[in-house]
Amino acid sequence: MIEIKDLHKSYKTGANSLHVLKGINFNVKEGELVSIMGSSGSGKSTLLNILGMLDEADTGSYILDGVPIKNLNEKIAARYRNKFLGFIFQSFNLINYKNALDNVAMPLYYQGMKHKERTEKAMSYLEKVGLANWATHLPNELSGGQKQRVAIARALASEPKVLLADEPTGALDSKTSYEVMDLIQGINDEGKTILVVTHEEDIAHMTKRIVHLKDGLIINDSKVEQVKALANV
Amino acid sequence: MFDLERWQEIFETIRKNKLRTFLTGLSVASGIFILVILLGVGQGMQNGISNQFENDAANIIFVWTGVTSVEYKGLNPGRRIQMKNADFDFAVQKHKDKLEYASSVNRIWGGMVNYKDQTGSYRVEGVLPDYQFLENAGILSGRFINIRDQENYEKTAVIGKKIQTDLFKNGEDPLGKRIQISGLNFKIVGIYSDPGGDREESRVFIPLSTSQRVFNAGNNISFLSFTLPKMENFDNAMAVSNRFVSDLETRLKEKYSIAPSDESAIDINNTIEDAKKFYGLMSLIKWFFWGVGIATIFAGIVGVSNIMLIIVKERTKEIGIRKALGAQPLSIIGMILHEAIFVTLIAGFIGLISGLFLLELVGPLIETEFISNPSVNFNVAITTVFILVIAGAVAGFFPAWRAASIKPIVALRDE
Repeated sequence: MIEIKDLHKSYKTGANSLHVLKGINFNVKEGELVSIMGSSGSGKSTLLNILGMLDEADTGSYILDGVPIKNLNEKIAARYRNKFLGFIFQSFNLINYKNALDNVAMPLYYQGMKHKERTEKAMSYLEKVGLANWATHLPNELSGGQKQRVAIARALASEPKVLLADEPTGALDSKTSYEVMDLIQGINDEGKTILVVTHEEDIAHMTKRIVHLKDGLIINDSKVEQVKALANV
Repeated sequence: MFDLERWQEIFETIRKNKLRTFLTGLSVASGIFILVILLGVGQGMQNGISNQFENDAANIIFVWTGVTSVEYKGLNPGRRIQMKNADFDFAVQKHKDKLEYASSVNRIWGGMVNYKDQTGSYRVEGVLPDYQFLENAGILSGRFINIRDQENYEKTAVIGKKIQTDLFKNGEDPLGKRIQISGLNFKIVGIYSDPGGDREESRVFIPLSTSQRVFNAGNNISFLSFTLPKMENFDNAMAVSNRFVSDLETRLKEKYSIAPSDESAIDINNTIEDAKKFYGLMSLIKWFFWGVGIATIFAGIVGVSNIMLIIVKERTKEIGIRKALGAQPLSIIGMILHEAIFVTLIAGFIGLISGLFLLELVGPLIETEFISNPSVNFNVAITTVFILVIAGAVAGFFPAWRAASIKPIVALRDE
């Protein structure tokens, strides 16, 4: 599903150049649930942003579902993001003047789906994350866990190839974190490929494979025994 | 523009952001409202000042005839030239689109006027209805000579205020009373006043036709008087005026066989040179208010642009989210501008209409010395609204474009 070869990325800060990714080689097969770990500054968020086409690598190749991702202009990047990827952010990033249902329906609007259709589809995904009764509530009327579940429903609604989660439990307490991880595990069990960036060991062990990054290089990449989140709730 | 889905999205955004929409609308509407009021007051002052100096602007032309001084075509000098009705008719016929008011005048010499036992010697002039405006005669009561008097040879008379005080000693109302002019009965139909004072107010006006018939003047007229309308600029006014005068002079000299070089046979008095100062003043006032208008519109543009900048800034994060969800940059710019233009347009028209409404309502009540009938040219006002909307759109475009082209990851970090 994802093939990355010799990926380099550096940022210019004034006169200095900060080399963040120093040659990443990394493959993800369909249906995997991978966590990317590392201390801050290890380059894990940069890697995720490149995978999410929110940022572009300097050198190296990136193939997503057989499509080489390079020399993207904004227009094509937007189309690929809409078609291939679903994002889950630490700070949820819901549009605060739209209710839960409309937030979920948003990526469908950009797919050009008609109003009635996308409302129905968004509703079915809200049901899937257990928030059907909260459809008409605005984000500020929802708890953190509920917000993240709305964000997950939104990420799923466009039926992406890959879900990218950047510290999805970073703003949540442990109980809610496990509930969210349970939802993510459930989605993975249905066959969706998911990448999770986290710095929490317990969250990482709820995935099936852990990739350790340090100073822009992968220092460890191993399959782990998945801990079911439900067991911890 | 006609994408229904986009309209739905925009209406939803407007509905969910009532306060923002309201505040944007309010500032745009009040901006346009103030602009309309300012333009209206500017126009009002222009009207007021131009009324003040109106009389100085009038281009009055008098044509007298006298005695020839140059021998021409075998005719001796010393001939008296007498104008006829046909001369006036010809001038009016030929130049009727250029003239504002025109009247020929038959002056009756030695007119003795008496009412009962009171007698006085006053100037008696046979005139046409337009003469009221040529003389700036203000009607105090009754009316001036009208076209029916002229057509029916009525024996009607309009007397000056001075004559009223002279002849009607015991406070009688002269209207409807009969006076004798050189022994003939005339009915008083009006009393006038004249800014020229007593001298100008001791005249009796009677219909031209009547004066020629009853005082045996035939078709003779003493002089011609015309006014030309005020024009946009002095050079045009002068050109038109001079052309009219020289045309008239040429025609009269040809008809009465007067040498082209003869300066005493025909005497033309043209006030156009005196009007020059007024035209200068008017154009100064016009430029001044034009400048005020431009400055106000400019202030409006700055205001609307500012609002746009703030709106786009406020929506940076939303733009990032939309981009992460697959929105294309153009669609984001389009959405923001679409909404902004929609709101400013509606608000602009509300401001425009309430401004115009207020001017309509209050305008006629304001009648001070220097402000008169404040009003706004509707086309100017509507152009202003469109200028502001376009300026707002342009001002909104650049920040929207910048916001849409920053990387979504940066926009998302914006708190």
